[in-house]
Amino acid sequence: MSKHFFGDTAVLLGRSLRHISRSPDTIITTAITPVALMLLFVYVFGGAIKTGADNYINYLLPGIMLIAIASGIAYTAVRLFTDMKSGIFERFQSMPIARSSVLWAHVLTSLAANGLSLVIIVLVALVMGFRTSAGPLEWLAVVGILTLFTLALTWIAVIAGLSAKSVDGAGGFSYPLIFLPFISSAFVPTATMPGPVRAFAENQPVTSIVNTIQDLFAQRPVGVDIWIALAWCLGILVLAYVLAMAAYRRKIT
Amino acid sequence: MSVSASAVPAIRVRGMEKSYKSLQVLRGVDFDVAAGSIFALLGSNGAGKTTMVRILSTLLKPDGGTATVNGFGVASEPVRVRESISLTGQFAAVDEILSGRENLMLVARLRQLKDPGKVADDLLARFDLAGAGSRKVSTYSGGMRRRLDIAMSLIGEPKVIFLDEPTTGLDPEARIEVWQVVKELAKQGTTVLLTTQYLDEAEQLADWIAILHGGRIIANGTLAELKRLLPPGEVQYVEKQPTLEDIFLALVGKDDKVGSSATPVVASSVASREDRP
Ligand SMILES: Nc1ncnc2c1ncn2[C@@H]1O[C@H](COP(=O)(O)OP(=O)(O)O)[C@@H](O)[C@H]1O
Ligand SMILES: [Mg+2]
Repeated sequence: MSKHFFGDTAVLLGRSLRHISRSPDTIITTAITPVALMLLFVYVFGGAIKTGADNYINYLLPGIMLIAIASGIAYTAVRLFTDMKSGIFERFQSMPIARSSVLWAHVLTSLAANGLSLVIIVLVALVMGFRTSAGPLEWLAVVGILTLFTLALTWIAVIAGLSAKSVDGAGGFSYPLIFLPFISSAFVPTATMPGPVRAFAENQPVTSIVNTIQDLFAQRPVGVDIWIALAWCLGILVLAYVLAMAAYRRKIT
Repeated sequence: MSVSASAVPAIRVRGMEKSYKSLQVLRGVDFDVAAGSIFALLGSNGAGKTTMVRILSTLLKPDGGTATVNGFGVASEPVRVRESISLTGQFAAVDEILSGRENLMLVARLRQLKDPGKVADDLLARFDLAGAGSRKVSTYSGGMRRRLDIAMSLIGEPKVIFLDEPTTGLDPEARIEVWQVVKELAKQGTTVLLTTQYLDEAEQLADWIAILHGGRIIANGTLAELKRLLPPGEVQYVEKQPTLEDIFLALVGKDDKVGSSATPVVASSVASREDRP
């Protein structure tokens, strides 16, 4: 690792954050669909959905947050792709800087941007009646899991951004990710689903993450779900990171 | 650093080969660039100029051959090479969303300079961009963008600067501005390797010209030397100076034969072109 890694990453992070501050619409756009879903499910379908929770939005919010992240990370792929198309990427590569800092700057930007979108969503949820008794430790755990989830998906976005042939391709990979929460415990308990769907729902990463965050918000014991959730997030993170770095090395040599 | 003697070329390329799948772009390119000189790599579209520049700036690995820049091997010491060079690519490598000043500060910070703001302001003034410094680059004209692009490449005073078709797509006025910048650079002792498809550009700027064609350097020398490659015209009433274009067309006109031959055959028709002022 180059001696400049942290300094270079900080400089390039400053650059991308400035990009975001000049197009805050990307944050709003990331927040708007999840907020619309939240309104739709709480005020239109919510009355008919039996979750066992006394307050449907308390049940719904974790899944909505994951949808927001899954759609928000597409911007990372697009920003990376745009950098590569413009000559700026090659300028950085031809300079004596730590090469991986170019990627890390985009990844950290993704954390910041998704964090902002999530804050907006939680504020709207509070207005809509979301309540939690979670204390600082539970919140810390929630933030930690969401951070890991965002990191894992962002590294997938990096692979997409590096290998895409067009901007649409760079952004489009996230659609299946956005869809995953729908076939999970995010909107309705998995017990209501028919056999094969239920089997899929209960064994895909989103359900364990949703269950964990629901439990943390409600101050219920989290059980084994949190370990499954962590294992999924870390597993995807490590795999995506390794593949992204391999794709990056292919790209720059 | 151990290399300081001016006898050591700033850039040395030997037997450089590069293919993209079955397309052989470079088939054994050799040339030297003397420290402090302006060297023009001349070639038509698709000749492999960008490929050569990308190899020299460590962005692309060659299939064969060697190259050193500022004494460092591009393959063996890429980090040292990157410390020695600056690249202005064929397409302006500027950040459209940032202002001109922010672009310059970004590069100054990445080059660990002490006072990025001052570096930026000095360059904005020098490149006649002071008035536009705080504007987003997306509002710049092509010429302004190119000037900013080159200004960004000067930060940190690299020993060797690569300019890949620096004036392609510029209007004549912007073109002359870029020429002035390049001449100034060389005056300060920076080695400049520029690529161009414009014969007059090489003629205007370069101390040394190499013509890249068919994957090889088919001619290499000072402008005067290249002109001597042409036989004198037939009986002429006015003494004619061949343009570089005459030389180029004469050389590439005999494509297959010149590729490997040291003494290119010159077509007889070229000497009858109109004189240049
Ligand atoms: N990444 C690439 N993959 C395949 N072919 C390429 C690639 N880059 C360049 N080429 C081809 O190699 C040849 C030389 O390209 P280039 O070095 O860009 O030439 P120049 O800069 O002289 O116009 C062209 O025919 C071009 O189409
Ligand atoms: Mg080119």
